Amino acid sequence: MMIASVFEKLKILAEAAKYDVSCSSSGTVRSNTKGGLGNTVGGIGVCHSFAADGRCISLLKIMLTNNCIYDCAYCINRRSNDRPRATFSVTELVDLTIEFYRRNYIEGLFLSSGVVRNPDYTMERLVKVAKDLRTIHRFNGYIHLKSIPGASSELIHEAGLYADRLSVNIEIPNEKSLQRLAPEKNFKSIFQPMQYIRQHALESMEERKSYRSAPRFAPAGQSTQMIVGATPENDKDILQLSSSLYAKPTMRRVYYSGYISVNTYDKRLPALKQPPLVRENRLYQADWLMRFYHFKVNEIVDDSNPNLDLGIDPKLAWALRHPEMFPIDINTAAYEMILRIPGVGVKSAMIICSSRRFSHLGYYELKRIGVVMKKAKYFITCKELPMQTINELTPLGVRNQLVQTRKKVEDGQLELNFNS
Amino acid sequence: MTIFRYDKSFPGLLTCLFDAYLFKDFPEQLLETDTPLPLFCDHNYTIVTDEQKEKRVWNHIKAKLSNTAIKQTTLCWLSELPEIDLLLFRYFRKIIDSPINIETNLADPDILKISEICKKVSREGHRLIQFARFQKCADNTYFAPLEPLYNTIPLTISHFRDRFADQKFLIYDTKRQYGYYYDLETVTEVTFTNQKDNIINGILKKEITDEDETKYQKLWQTYFKSIVIKERINPKKQKQDMPVRYWKYLTEIE
Repeated sequence: MMIASVFEKLKILAEAAKYDVSCSSSGTVRSNTKGGLGNTVGGIGVCHSFAADGRCISLLKIMLTNNCIYDCAYCINRRSNDRPRATFSVTELVDLTIEFYRRNYIEGLFLSSGVVRNPDYTMERLVKVAKDLRTIHRFNGYIHLKSIPGASSELIHEAGLYADRLSVNIEIPNEKSLQRLAPEKNFKSIFQPMQYIRQHALESMEERKSYRSAPRFAPAGQSTQMIVGATPENDKDILQLSSSLYAKPTMRRVYYSGYISVNTYDKRLPALKQPPLVRENRLYQADWLMRFYHFKVNEIVDDSNPNLDLGIDPKLAWALRHPEMFPIDINTAAYEMILRIPGVGVKSAMIICSSRRFSHLGYYELKRIGVVMKKAKYFITCKELPMQTINELTPLGVRNQLVQTRKKVEDGQLELNFNS
Repeated sequence: MTIFRYDKSFPGLLTCLFDAYLFKDFPEQLLETDTPLPLFCDHNYTIVTDEQKEKRVWNHIKAKLSNTAIKQTTLCWLSELPEIDLLLFRYFRKIIDSPINIETNLADPDILKISEICKKVSREGHRLIQFARFQKCADNTYFAPLEPLYNTIPLTISHFRDRFADQKFLIYDTKRQYGYYYDLETVTEVTFTNQKDNIINGILKKEITDEDETKYQKLWQTYFKSIVIKERINPKKQKQDMPVRYWKYLTEIE
């Protein structure tokens, strides 16, 4: 069924693209060029709006077409689904992007596509959109392109010259499960384009050392996404895979997407009423620990704890498993150790390290700085006399205290505390 | 109690600092020149803004602080909070009195307060960059009305000027009744003489709107609705990240 109106197409293709969670517009700083339109600000990027599901809208996240030759069980756009299908023409999409951008609705374009005919044909059309935006319209905003699994190295190279970020989604973190759900795909077809991106980016970096004007290749690196809860993999499998991805250059973000039962009829998949939002949240917390808190993956999950604790965050869980590391003296401990205290974030840790040069810090200073003392008090000593720490209360005691206080707020009832 | 009265300008505040050190008497209250004095007050001075005094103080402070901290004080001033001048006065005094640079000593309540206010103001500036929505007028000018909490529109101009270098735009603060107009070459400060005649609830009057404008607004609203995943609906998070006070001028919220 062909649909003509741009309104209809926008509706269908936005709905087709919405399950991709990647949203960020970070990683590149580029000023406008003379006679051009747009810039990118770098830093944490700019979110222009927030949809009713609380997710940010930074880029125009859209598909070029939702026609697809593949039949992946977890995907809403699989060929056996009877859904309205639509395809944007290149000019329609370019026009939408430019007009939205000029009104400050978006930070740029995030373009994905179903696979039509073959991977190279699809990739070529994605690249055409980016090329038109960059060369004809002199668009300097953010462009994120999906690289289609199986696309050739040359096309990916061309894509990287126009795009800020490229991404290939792993979706299923285990090859056997992937083959079961998406018989037309395998790990090679996914990791091959990732490797191409890495290779081209490193080449470009080398080249730019000799010639400053050499073109940048995907300056914001690459990202990927994994679906959580569709297959039996545990958190250890998922996080170990992310950790090995982060270890390689150019991988900036791994996104986790709680599985939403879009194809309920397919018996290969679990029928979930609600997407596993808490688990997804814990995975992101663990991801943050690896990226910003100097944690190694095997400190977060190991063979005896293959899954993250859903009741408490992974940093607290680590601290409770390692009471021998505590209490930490706020006024003398190294930055890396301060980062490991539950209730202390990156910002508070930096403030602590810069402020303690002037005077010793006590309970109230820490509270004002923004440390969550409710959690942190069991793990630190500061200027004042030490309070009851994890060593006196035992890990289980601390856990009970923390989980209990949270519950109290939820049901709004007073409880007598018989423990103390 | 010592009271200083001055013209409530930033140079005026710096002159107050100069004179306080001159009189060896430091104010507990800073008032505007013409306000009546409270009942109990031991000393009161009326400070006349003096360019030379102000320059000397400012140069001294600049020599003692990093560029980041200098920028922070400007941001604090833009917050226009009541008593922000007194806070800045105390802050500058601490900076002047201390033999070493203490700007990172966040255990000090005043310094922490300064950094908190500065964070709030720069966040407001960032939110204008996020939530400004331009409407295209018939004469190809893009118009964005805003109602920021603090006086933060000046912070966004360099960003928009770089980003939209090839389009004329007007960013207007409807609360403070002024704005900036970019005519493809320079940015000038402007004021509407008849604000009510041109915009109603943040929407431009039909006569002066570009003919395609409504179409793109509708398209954006369509997109905004289609991108929602119904299984994950979470209005609390939405309001947390996009506070309701911005919704008035957001195209996507009908």
